[in-house]
Amino acid sequence: MHETHEVRIHGRGGQGAVLACSILAHALIDEGKHAVAIPSFGFERRGAPVAAFLRFDSAPIRAMTNVYHPDCVVCIDPTVPRTVDIFAGMKPGGTVVLTTKEKLADLKFPDFVARIGLCDAVGIALSIYRKPVTNAVMLGAFARTSGLLTLAALKEALQQMDFRDAGLSENLSAAERGYNETNVHDVHDVQKVAHAAAVA
Amino acid sequence: MSAVTEPSRLATNKPSFVVCEGNEAAAIGVGLSRPDVVAVYPITPQSSLVEHLSQMIADGRLRADLMNVEGEHAVMCGLQGVALAGGRTFTATCGPGLAFMFEPYVRTPGLRLPMVASLVTRDLLSPQCVWGGQQDAMVVRDAGWIQMYCETVQEILDTTVMAYKIAEHRDVMLPINVCHDGNYLSFGVTRVEVPDQQEVDDFLGPPNVNWHIALDPSRPMGVDPLTGGAGGAGPRNFVRYRKGQVRGMQNALRVIREVHAAWGEKFGRYHAPLVEEYRLDDADTALVTIGSMTGAAKDAVDIARDKGEAVGLIKIKTFRPFPLQAMVAALAKVKRIGVVDRSVSFGWNCGPVYQETLGALYHTGKSIPVISFIGGLAGADITVEHFARAIALTRELQWGRDPNEPVWLNEND
Repeated sequence: MHETHEVRIHGRGGQGAVLACSILAHALIDEGKHAVAIPSFGFERRGAPVAAFLRFDSAPIRAMTNVYHPDCVVCIDPTVPRTVDIFAGMKPGGTVVLTTKEKLADLKFPDFVARIGLCDAVGIALSIYRKPVTNAVMLGAFARTSGLLTLAALKEALQQMDFRDAGLSENLSAAERGYNETNVHDVHDVQKVAHAAAVA
Repeated sequence: MSAVTEPSRLATNKPSFVVCEGNEAAAIGVGLSRPDVVAVYPITPQSSLVEHLSQMIADGRLRADLMNVEGEHAVMCGLQGVALAGGRTFTATCGPGLAFMFEPYVRTPGLRLPMVASLVTRDLLSPQCVWGGQQDAMVVRDAGWIQMYCETVQEILDTTVMAYKIAEHRDVMLPINVCHDGNYLSFGVTRVEVPDQQEVDDFLGPPNVNWHIALDPSRPMGVDPLTGGAGGAGPRNFVRYRKGQVRGMQNALRVIREVHAAWGEKFGRYHAPLVEEYRLDDADTALVTIGSMTGAAKDAVDIARDKGEAVGLIKIKTFRPFPLQAMVAALAKVKRIGVVDRSVSFGWNCGPVYQETLGALYHTGKSIPVISFIGGLAGADITVEHFARAIALTRELQWGRDPNEPVWLNEND
């Protein structure tokens, strides 16, 4: 039985959310999966909220559409959740990966979120690039939190990219630190949440 | 969009795959077809296609001349000169760019120049929008260009190469628009098989431009003569030209089938050349689709099938020339139809594909109910849920519930 995984990445124009989605597709395809990455689109403005979508599966994917019911949400910018409902449409028992300096106890999440990965991606990015470009860090955080992708596969995909704004070694170290410096919390038993949703 | 391909892979002579967006897949297909001249003017959502091509030429991966001209009108005029001089050409445009190109664009089929140009389809202005939709392509559906609409990123690459073989066939000698949907296909990133260059060279053979009118100082000839009017040989000359064009279009229906079959044999990927029938044989209800919407529509058909509903799908790949026989054969199998358009026919209060499906339906000798669905305008999404609704409404025709007007799928989104 195959299962389609749906991921939505939130960020701001210029942080590389769309490219991050492509890199994820690359990494997953190199691991033998089928994957499609689709950016949401607007006028490409630096700083405007953007989203990018990813579907992957062991079976071929036909729908070339946006993702409305993600089972994983990755937010690579700490301020976007103030203006965008990043949890909109999430499947019960889903996974959220956030860049934040806060601790879990200081954050609020909807009940249907089962797993949370927290990473100070801005801090890591500033120390590596001297700019808050968080996409590579957050790819590491996604790999760590979701367990759907190995760090090795992610680094392999990064090595195949042409980067415009940063060197490969910086991006590899960003992904590795994102992976190593993410705290993963299982906040609900996934089965219970799914059951509660089914009953409701 | 950033390049996510690996340049080194294109330099090798082994079949391989890349992970890339639809615009890059088109650029790779162009590169494999070895055009002599690429003329470009960037416009959203086509821009990354010409950026990829420019990069390939700058890197020496594609040995072609790049004409970076001042606008789309100059693009097409320049390429007409190249084609008349015996060169293989490429360009890509969409929406307002196509509108600006219109005057030389409509001359190209009459000149019988076998050009290939991507239309990265985009909705038309106004209101202002820069996003996908097939209004631009539908506006030029009777400009005399062949139109093939791609469903997948892989199909973009494959069709781009095949287009040269079709356009340059001596029974066709007409320009081709390879259409792929702006946004969902142009920027959708997935795995794409890249055929081996030598194999593509073998498949295409040497360029076969229109040698009859090719400019040749040793064989002076008037090209594009003034003809027509109401006197002398004008009327019959003009009819001769027009009939030749129409005959080339009809010949293309056969050549498109032959070239798709040859592509399948050589590369193992069989794309439906004219019309694809999906789960249609025992269906009583069918959707008609065109372009990248089809993937989600097939998913919706599968869901309906799982519920025991006899639903199938008819996808149009070649819209110009219109594949009348293939459409008649498909339409004859079902009792009710929902046609999903990504554009509008202002004259008929429906979608253009709906209108043409009605035309084909006449030739089946039966009258069955058909609904016009219009969705995906200006970048709007047509999801599996939208198609599920279209299927449900089309099935209701069996109980006599006919909306008798177009259903706008994104009206309440």
